[in-house]
Amino acid sequence: MEAPWAQALILAPLAGAMSAFLWPHRARAIGLVTMLLLVMSVAGLGIQMARFGIYRHLVGGWAPPLGIELYADGLSLLLLAATAVVGAGVSVYAADYFRGHDAAHFWPLWLFLLAALDALFLSRDIFNIYVTLELLGLAAVALTGLGGGRDALGGAMRYLLATLLGSLLYLLGVAMLYHGFGALDIGVLALRIRPTPLVWATLGLMGAGLCLKTAVFPLHFWLPPAHANAPAPVSAALSGLVVKASLYVLLRMWIDVFGTVAAGASVLFGVLGAVAVLWGSLQALRQARLKLLVAYSTVAQIGYLFLAFPLGAASGWTAWGAVAYLALSHALAKAAMFLATGNLLRFGGHDRIADLDRVAQRLPLTTWAFALAGVSIMGLPPSGGFVGKWLLLQAALAQGRWGIAAVVVVGGLLAAAYVFRVLGHTFTQAPVPHEARPVPAHMQWAALLLAGGAVLLGFIAPFVLSMLRIGHPFAMWEAGS
Amino acid sequence: MTAGIVYALVGAVLFGLGLYALIVRPHLLRKIIALNVMGSGTFLMLVGTGRSGVGLPPDAVPQAMVITGIVVAVSATALALTLMLRLADETGRAELPGD
Repeated sequence: MEAPWAQALILAPLAGAMSAFLWPHRARAIGLVTMLLLVMSVAGLGIQMARFGIYRHLVGGWAPPLGIELYADGLSLLLLAATAVVGAGVSVYAADYFRGHDAAHFWPLWLFLLAALDALFLSRDIFNIYVTLELLGLAAVALTGLGGGRDALGGAMRYLLATLLGSLLYLLGVAMLYHGFGALDIGVLALRIRPTPLVWATLGLMGAGLCLKTAVFPLHFWLPPAHANAPAPVSAALSGLVVKASLYVLLRMWIDVFGTVAAGASVLFGVLGAVAVLWGSLQALRQARLKLLVAYSTVAQIGYLFLAFPLGAASGWTAWGAVAYLALSHALAKAAMFLATGNLLRFGGHDRIADLDRVAQRLPLTTWAFALAGVSIMGLPPSGGFVGKWLLLQAALAQGRWGIAAVVVVGGLLAAAYVFRVLGHTFTQAPVPHEARPVPAHMQWAALLLAGGAVLLGFIAPFVLSMLRIGHPFAMWEAGS
Repeated sequence: MTAGIVYALVGAVLFGLGLYALIVRPHLLRKIIALNVMGSGTFLMLVGTGRSGVGLPPDAVPQAMVITGIVVAVSATALALTLMLRLADETGRAELPGD
């Protein structure tokens, strides 16, 4: 007997968002209760899937190709879990961060964003995915502009234009796939796909649209202004979760639909990823503002996820496992890093790296959170980031792809350089002392626990990878490895 | 050449025109209109390339997609216009700052 956990994952935040909108004075309580429900539902879904395997639900009782199916395998489950965990951390943080008027605006949009993410990870219908991508984009843009002011609004506007363009390119791809193969369900498309010129054009459109949304170099131009000027909890959700959503769609489409008939394109993804790792890390090193540094670090870390595409053909499971692991640990670590940055910003009233002024002594929990998140971003053992990079290196070395291996290593060194640059300044005294404002304990613990989670991922790798295997999401790629 | 292909080609041209304006025009209202033109182009392509033949009933799936797409486009445009107005209030110009 299957309980309706997956439906709860979509309906609970939708209902919560509308309630929070209708009763703005109760928005915070509604948001926190909804978040608790989400965490419980993901746990329920996970336990159920560990016993029975793939989760499927035919919405309204109609089977594909006519109806829309909710579908979860190991890959969906891990991303749903990341959404719940990062979502919980961000919610606890936001409960103290937003007060009064701001809270009434934040909670409905935030719950809509969670509903869109959960719906996206449970979708297997490419048009349904388009709708969820748009819902996600609109909620994310509105949250980005929440703070008001020239920089936040400008960042939000640029983000909106980029995300709408990305969705339209994707939708055009949907139209062409439907024209060519008469199906919208990914499972059905996987069976019907043939290597025709139409597929190449579609891959070009969908790939460009999704890369734009994921902010892969050189389409990352919108990310730093949006992520660096949004309120701290929003930045954490954007960098941790929202960019993973379009990446997940690209990964799914690649694994199930395009990868087998258009393998050559993987080289392009790999090159873009490699440049993103190097360019993003170098830009992060150059930034004077901490939030921009963390945002450029996201550009670099997204690059890693694309390095796996050229490796997938020969070592499917290792390469795709690396992507899943890197995405998961980056979600936790980057969210923690943005939350810690938000604490530093509130504490000192600024986020200039050179003027951090002994926060290591004055704000130890937050400094710890930043350092632990940094460990995972750098890929040091025993963190989640280490496991992901290790799998990636293993796949690269097994195939003798020294270039990719070198990028992984150099990217890690550059990450160490920018993380230590920040940590170094947390111990020194600033030339001009600033008045310090207190930071609520919940906000500090939220950052620290998320960072701890990113490190913990390094210890529970066998468990996580066994969950990823549920339903064999990469079955088509595992014959050779 | 069937009517469907004509619609699809017009749609492709609209998409291209919109993309050009989106990239080239600095005024945000023009960018937003450009996105809407691109959206209409996409919808025309969806309808035009739908599976149908002589004597067969029209394919309902692309029509359903277009209707959903229009709803999404209206919401996105509303948000874009609101953001544009806020930005114009803040900076005095309806353009992206820093361009």
